[in-house]
Amino acid sequence: MNDPHSLVAPYALDALDQPEEREFEEHLATCESCRQELARLRETAASLAYAAPGPAPPLALKERILDQARADRPNVVSLPRRRSWTAPLAAATAVAAAAAIGLGVWGATRSTSTDPFAAVLARSGARVVPMGDRGALAVAPDGSAAIALSAPNAPAGKTYEAWVIRNGTPKRAGLLSGTSTLRIQRPVGTGAVVAVTLERTGGVDRPTTPPVAQTRALS
Amino acid sequence: MTLLTAPPPPATRDLAHLSDESLLSLVAASDDDALAELYDRFGRVAYSLALRILRDEALAQDAVQEAFLGVWRSADRFLAERAKASTWILTLVHRRAVDLVRREERRRGEPLESAPEPAAPETTEDEATLGLQRRLVQEALSQLSPEQRQALELGYYGGLTQSELAEQLGQPLGTIKSRMFSGLSRLRDLLAEAGLEQSYP
Repeated sequence: MNDPHSLVAPYALDALDQPEEREFEEHLATCESCRQELARLRETAASLAYAAPGPAPPLALKERILDQARADRPNVVSLPRRRSWTAPLAAATAVAAAAAIGLGVWGATRSTSTDPFAAVLARSGARVVPMGDRGALAVAPDGSAAIALSAPNAPAGKTYEAWVIRNGTPKRAGLLSGTSTLRIQRPVGTGAVVAVTLERTGGVDRPTTPPVAQTRALS
Repeated sequence: MTLLTAPPPPATRDLAHLSDESLLSLVAASDDDALAELYDRFGRVAYSLALRILRDEALAQDAVQEAFLGVWRSADRFLAERAKASTWILTLVHRRAVDLVRREERRRGEPLESAPEPAAPETTEDEATLGLQRRLVQEALSQLSPEQRQALELGYYGGLTQSELAEQLGQPLGTIKSRMFSGLSRLRDLLAEAGLEQSYP
């Protein structure tokens, strides 16, 4: 019999057989200290990947991966997503959820300081809310929020403008150029909708076009 | 002034300024340019790792391909998990390679020093960074005790389970577990001292 706490390092190294792995994941669902320990050890284990010297992969591999990714893209034409963005943990089994959580608590990353999206996500309790296929909103419990927009560059004379909409009233929230991130300068709370529209350069007082990206009302 | 009726054709998009985590959030929104950028960042280290474990180019390519498709298909789960993106991606690659090596029974356990592939010349800034990271991790590994290093290398690169390791080395299971734990913990400290960023204090 294994003491489950002692399995955290072998688990981080993927050095458990399947029954042991299941046993540990069940334990992980109930043990916060093991989840924290695993987050630390996993990160160190992953750094071992950098010590493996080797040649560059063949150029064709990248194209194969991208071709297959495009081919199985589930949601290009507003097909329902195969997985819910908003409640993946609720939908997962306890064991799967535990394994998921076990992958780690969000840590600071090299670009947290310059990337507002990562900076918001680094806050305690932050979550990601989808904005259709054009991006995502990171929002923290204190109302700080950032947008990661995935869109073609705005054409000449145009800009993307973000909005925080409450009770049907849109408030200006900043400008984006295309695929970019933006820290929203006003708090985003329960019931608010965050949207992005294409507007003339400099921005406007009220949205004049349909949104290219939009959240549902935040819960 | 013409009213825009359709999005303009995608221009060349510079994603280099986005963090790994932001890119993953775009991947979760089915942005294949973001997947390509993540591949540019991690494809090489992923392939080297898979090749180190599998010792077979075709299998290593399979492992990398399946892992990146895993990134593509489950990036939305990553967002809920709130792990560091590089850790999450490299964990997927490692798991995939270990699954394959166990299936293929091609386990190898040579120490890292005898890895046959020479490091390719570093021609770009990214490759130079990768080379520096490699040297830092190798240097840290060399400062572990031989027993700790052996446990980490046979487990992580060899794809051996803790029980197989115990049998191969003729040591009790508890000893193997404790070498893995102390080895990873010490490695973490050494990497932090060497300035390689670690998220957790």
